[in-house]
Amino acid sequence: MAGFDKVVSSYEEAMAGLEDNMTVISGGFGLCGIPENLIAEIKRKGTKGITIVSNNCGVDDFGLGVLLPNRQISKIVASYVGENAEFERQMMSGELEVVLTPQGTLAEKMRAGGAGIPAFFTATGYGTPVAEGKEEREFDGRHYILEEAIKGDFSIVKAWKADRYGNLIFRKTARNFNPLAATAGKITVVEVEEIVEPGELDPDQIHTPGIYVDRLIQGTFEKRIEQRTVRQK
Amino acid sequence: MALSREQLAQRVAQELQDGYYVNLGIGIPTLVANYVPEGMEVMLQSENGLLGMGQFPKEDEIDADLINAGKQTVTMATGASIFDSAESFAMIRGGHVDLTVLGAFEVDVNGNIASYMIPGKLIKGMGGAMDLVAGADNIIVTMTHASKHGESKLLNNCSLPLTGKGCIKRVLTDLAFIEIKEGKFHLLERAPGVSIEEIIKLTEGELIVPDNVPEMQF
Repeated sequence: MAGFDKVVSSYEEAMAGLEDNMTVISGGFGLCGIPENLIAEIKRKGTKGITIVSNNCGVDDFGLGVLLPNRQISKIVASYVGENAEFERQMMSGELEVVLTPQGTLAEKMRAGGAGIPAFFTATGYGTPVAEGKEEREFDGRHYILEEAIKGDFSIVKAWKADRYGNLIFRKTARNFNPLAATAGKITVVEVEEIVEPGELDPDQIHTPGIYVDRLIQGTFEKRIEQRTVRQK
Repeated sequence: MALSREQLAQRVAQELQDGYYVNLGIGIPTLVANYVPEGMEVMLQSENGLLGMGQFPKEDEIDADLINAGKQTVTMATGASIFDSAESFAMIRGGHVDLTVLGAFEVDVNGNIASYMIPGKLIKGMGGAMDLVAGADNIIVTMTHASKHGESKLLNNCSLPLTGKGCIKRVLTDLAFIEIKEGKFHLLERAPGVSIEEIIKLTEGELIVPDNVPEMQF
């Protein structure tokens, strides 16, 4: 690596420095746009006690779900955690701490974390279990709760295309939480389907500027589909 | 006769207006898309980051990178746009979505809604529901009026953990269309062939019944 070139040569190098008890923010919605090979590398490393921040936790044998059997995750901050039997077992037995967080609040926590905003007020969750222990304030007659930003020791991100400088383009709804996660990691690691030379991407079309990206790797992806729905001709 | 799932969707669809941006929750709300009146344009928002959700794909159009909030493969309608999750909820929280339709386990006379958790039984999370109910002004809740055992789901006080407080104004059940205001339920319409007595019997919270309660028209 030299200058702004963010490309690393192996997944081992991509996740170097990840240690036990760190916080990892992951992009993805369900199994769509998840950094599947970076997750697999965390499984291979065997890192334990991880706090995961992600909208979901994968399914039993794919996505973040693969970190469950070896008890690598100790806490997860997520909005929806269905479709995963082992997850449910660990949650119910208390082995896994789950902080259910409204989806929009979760996205904004990442955005704020990456943007240097320590906390924000939102009406979401006011008067619900989510508000417990949080500061409340009224603005223009409406009630809001104070939500704190999230930062990660690592952020793991899946994008479609990148140049070597780490400028990223996402594809369709695989974008989801990825651009937000990218901003909120002390070390942001991105895997993509294609890496091109700087200058080849139209600057007007870049979704995430390379300033947020520390490490970049090209991978191949299974892209498993969770709910395959089709219409008849 | 209680409304079928399709009839619930049809009745909600009557509330659509040309040019509406609409967020439809999972389940019955999703069916509303099948009943958009002829000649009317609405754009469906899917909170995972898609405005302008199209139909399900044909077999050869399936794209793993294009799903809806229910994680189903979908297509994009003409004029669709894609954005990240923070942008998506800026639209929702910022009150830019014209109509939100979602399901619930319970609602009460103060406009509270419980829809995401049954302690000890169902703990899957709220997804985007808390943001949707807090951010939208125009919400229709679709639900069955009572449980299979005849227990009302239109209550004085929700018994389950809340999804939102004081945010629901309209509820469409399989028996009735109800408005919530000033701490009471107000009966607007009844399902065809359903008696006012039956609706009263299955509504725990105080229900105001005007002299004339029209049947829903389909």
